[in-house]
Amino acid sequence: MSLVDVQNLAVTLGGQRVLHGVTISLQKGEIVTIVGPNGSGKSTLLRAIIGAVSPSAGSITRAPGLSIGYVPQSLHIDPTLPLTVRRFLNLPTRISDAAAATALEEAGVAPLAQRQMADLSGGQFQRVLLARALLSRPDLLILDEATQGLDQPGSAAFYRQIADVRETRGCAVLMVSHELHVVMAASDRVICLNGHVCCEGAPEHVASAPEYRALFGTGTQGALALYRHEHGHSHDHTHDHTHDHEAAE
Amino acid sequence: MTLLDSFMTRASLAGLGVAIAAAPLGCFVVWRRMAYFGDATAHAAILGVALSLAFSISVFVGALIMALLMAGTVSALSGRGYAMDTLLGVLAHSALAFGLVAVSFLQGVRLDLMAYLFGDILAVGRSDLLVIWGGAVLVVGLLAWRWQALLTATLSPDLATASGIDPRREQMILTLALAVVVAVAIKVVGVLLIAALLIIPAAAARPFASTPERMAVIAAVIGAASALGGVQVSYLFDTPTGPTIVCIAATAFALATGLDAARSGWRENR
Repeated sequence: MSLVDVQNLAVTLGGQRVLHGVTISLQKGEIVTIVGPNGSGKSTLLRAIIGAVSPSAGSITRAPGLSIGYVPQSLHIDPTLPLTVRRFLNLPTRISDAAAATALEEAGVAPLAQRQMADLSGGQFQRVLLARALLSRPDLLILDEATQGLDQPGSAAFYRQIADVRETRGCAVLMVSHELHVVMAASDRVICLNGHVCCEGAPEHVASAPEYRALFGTGTQGALALYRHEHGHSHDHTHDHTHDHEAAE
Repeated sequence: MTLLDSFMTRASLAGLGVAIAAAPLGCFVVWRRMAYFGDATAHAAILGVALSLAFSISVFVGALIMALLMAGTVSALSGRGYAMDTLLGVLAHSALAFGLVAVSFLQGVRLDLMAYLFGDILAVGRSDLLVIWGGAVLVVGLLAWRWQALLTATLSPDLATASGIDPRREQMILTLALAVVVAVAIKVVGVLLIAALLIIPAAAARPFASTPERMAVIAAVIGAASALGGVQVSYLFDTPTGPTIVCIAATAFALATGLDAARSGWRENR
């Protein structure tokens, strides 16, 4: 049985039809990425899956007892709210000091336990959000543009960590991202969204689909080749180009 | 219970009860930016006072009902496209105005109006004490019980939803707690200054707190000290007690803010 089954979902926000006819399902242990232009309803779809917005039509079925770890796009902490990293990890369930130390160690932010959340850098903040989301041992990890505000090496490291998490814990990952090439290389399946599902499938399939190209152009093809080297078809014409990129890194 | 025979003791205990309930709730009011919400609820209570005098029911019950109605109205209207601060400004002051007009229709209570606007803590009787401490225990218990969920929902409604917490339910619990605090605080500081008792101790506690719990405890200490100090000072200088309590809390806030500014200035120059 799938973890989440979305059937013919429609969402209307403030009189605006944001999503319509969306049917997707998520299986155990797979990494699925949603791509799409601004305003295509990516975040709304994630929020519908966690239950924060209600469908105007269609249905969302979660597997019984499904545990979801959610990493929001950003988290504004009001300056009047004092909150240490350690205290943040205790929300919503209090955890032992040992569990907190392990989680922070895994996230690579062990020395920050007593720091205020507001004093963290963007990268540290996202890692702490991820560490907290993983504490509940989720079956499904949902990330909404989790690398926004990180530089290229920072977000590459973040996605490597996501891939590790999937390896070690076997949880499914559903994420939204703008960084097409990095994200698509790390995904099992890509869903291209623009109010409805334009196309979906393996990253190579989606990248060459006409619907995807209509939205994003063909510019990401070369970048995709840089990160994925298992293309069956010939790449002679892009080879020099690829090496240029590698030399530049 | 000869101790309770002294009006000073009763006043101190009443102030203490309200301060202890208002402090942790006030922290949520500050964190969630609901200051105006507190005002609107408190101002609506004067309408409740008028109605309870007209129908000869307990002022506490009347104020509680009106405060709940107002808080419910605001909660229902929020998120429907109104600008929240405008909406709250309209509701808070209309409620106060309608309340004052309603009171004027009642014969013989005109003299009591000041007591409901600014409190009359020195007139607190034993049954009032029972109501105040009953309400305080209820509010503190409610907040302690829901503390983790309330905090998560305050941080981010989406984060709460993903963890199986309904942010709307937590909002309703805060609304209920707010209405109870307003109803029990009328006698102590009056409807015009209730919001001050919620917000000022919490704001004064902020610079000294590193976690939400510490902020709530420090706010309770500041609130309690203001209440006790206010009763004494008003007795010494023959000033109105409710406003005196708020003045002491405000002084604590000014000191805390100054101290914090000096501390961070010292850190930067080191």
